[in-house]
Amino acid sequence: MNPNINPDHKLIEVENLVTHYGSRLILKDVSMDVREGEIMVIMGGSGSGKSTLLRHLMALERQTSGTIRILGEDVVRLGTRELVELRMKTGVAFQGGALFSSMTVGENIMLPLYEHTDLDRTTMEIMARMKLEVVNLAGFENLMPSELSGGMIKRAAMARAIVMDPKILFCDEPSAGLDPVVSSALDELILRLRDAMRMSIVVVTHELESVFKIADRVTVLDQGRILFIGTLDELRASPSERIQNLLSRRADDTDLDADAYLTRLTGESVSGTANL
Amino acid sequence: MASDPQYPAVTATIEKIGRATASAVEEIGNGGALIFESLYWLVMGRRLRQPVRLPSIFAQMMEIGINAIPIVALMAATIGVMLAIQGIHTLRIFGAETRVTIGIALSITREFAPLITGILVAGRSGSALAARIGTMKINQEIDALYVMGINPVRFLVVPALLSTVVMVPCLTFFSDIVGLFAAGLYVNAELGISMAAYFDEVREILTPDHLMHGLSKSAIFAVLIAVIGVVNGAAVAGGAEGVGRVTTRAVVQSISAIVVTDMIFAFVVTR
Repeated sequence: MNPNINPDHKLIEVENLVTHYGSRLILKDVSMDVREGEIMVIMGGSGSGKSTLLRHLMALERQTSGTIRILGEDVVRLGTRELVELRMKTGVAFQGGALFSSMTVGENIMLPLYEHTDLDRTTMEIMARMKLEVVNLAGFENLMPSELSGGMIKRAAMARAIVMDPKILFCDEPSAGLDPVVSSALDELILRLRDAMRMSIVVVTHELESVFKIADRVTVLDQGRILFIGTLDELRASPSERIQNLLSRRADDTDLDADAYLTRLTGESVSGTANL
Repeated sequence: MASDPQYPAVTATIEKIGRATASAVEEIGNGGALIFESLYWLVMGRRLRQPVRLPSIFAQMMEIGINAIPIVALMAATIGVMLAIQGIHTLRIFGAETRVTIGIALSITREFAPLITGILVAGRSGSALAARIGTMKINQEIDALYVMGINPVRFLVVPALLSTVVMVPCLTFFSDIVGLFAAGLYVNAELGISMAAYFDEVREILTPDHLMHGLSKSAIFAVLIAVIGVVNGAAVAGGAEGVGRVTTRAVVQSISAIVVTDMIFAFVVTR
């Protein structure tokens, strides 16, 4: 186990989370936690609800029921100012980077500092350059996002996400659309950030190589429910057929999945057998 | 559903109309909420340590106002000359072509300058605003603002709304001057009335009320352009195609709203 992990200090606690989009049930009674200093990977197939769970952890969605506590604060009960203060302690690297195309890379990274601190421009520029060095993008601050490659955009997005030295970093599909070499370099970067900045990192991914390289613990979602939470060793040793299929990249019972998927879409059981 | 024999075509049509009405009401509600939220951030932003940034307002003013000057000047001059041509042609029937100045002065300041400026800004900046917000939404840049603790209404909408409300009346006033000048040149060439005599007459005819009629109308057009641009941009769905769709929709809705509002304004204020 990573010695930096403090199992007694939970930075994120999710209890009995239920969420709907319209009449569709997306997350069903999800409970999980993220400990201080650990990398928690959330994985699952398409439509499993992992991106929705991440959006809840980022306080971008309101749940139907259940509780989400980030750094001890119940996010639903926070006022505007308190929520902003909480957001300053978290960072997010989006799947596509979400860099502002009208700003240079440096301006993108300085934006949270500009908006939330009283630092002078020179200090902000120095801090932005430092974060760019952390993600191996030193010297790229004056380029526009359109001049960067896919891997560079993701690293620049990480630099922006960590510029306020957050306690928690959320990464949405960091390896998506990247070649194996660049993807591996990003995994190394995530590990380095955890160790150097002592932050907890939540990564949503479906790339098994990344999971086994970076995860301290793994949450597996399936059709909106938690299928598994545990360490990599526990994941490998899991007797669950679904887990073993996921790990061996085999398709699950296709008929059952299709039926369950239709059930989720329509909100009613098609055959009455779609259970986990 | 319409092919279902249990579901008559009339019911389907009524349902369709109902959905469209509900959607329109929702959009109007969103627009109203957006105006109130913008005012909230304008007043409360500093207290919440999220002030509206002046550099971003100036940048938008530059884009919406200053960069539009050439095209507004061209259109205003064209409208001015066109009004002079039509006015002289019509009044010649009664042998009163020398009285054309009154028609030109009142038509340009009260009607044509605000209308043409509003339509131009809707096509130029309203569409750009819808495309920008739509693209930012699709690229998760709006989400990125939220997670950075930056309210998108304060960061994106307030500067756009404020700069549009300031710049559209300014452009309208500029359009008044250019339109009157261009019409004067034509009147001078066609009727031999000197520019000095023409502008003396314009000064006698125009009162501050006439100018304010056009300028206050243009401020309302500005609010419509900005709000419709943002509401459409925020409603984007799908990829690049979706952005194209909301951009077109924003322009069509803005121009329609401008023309209808113009008519209502003229009816209420002029009668």
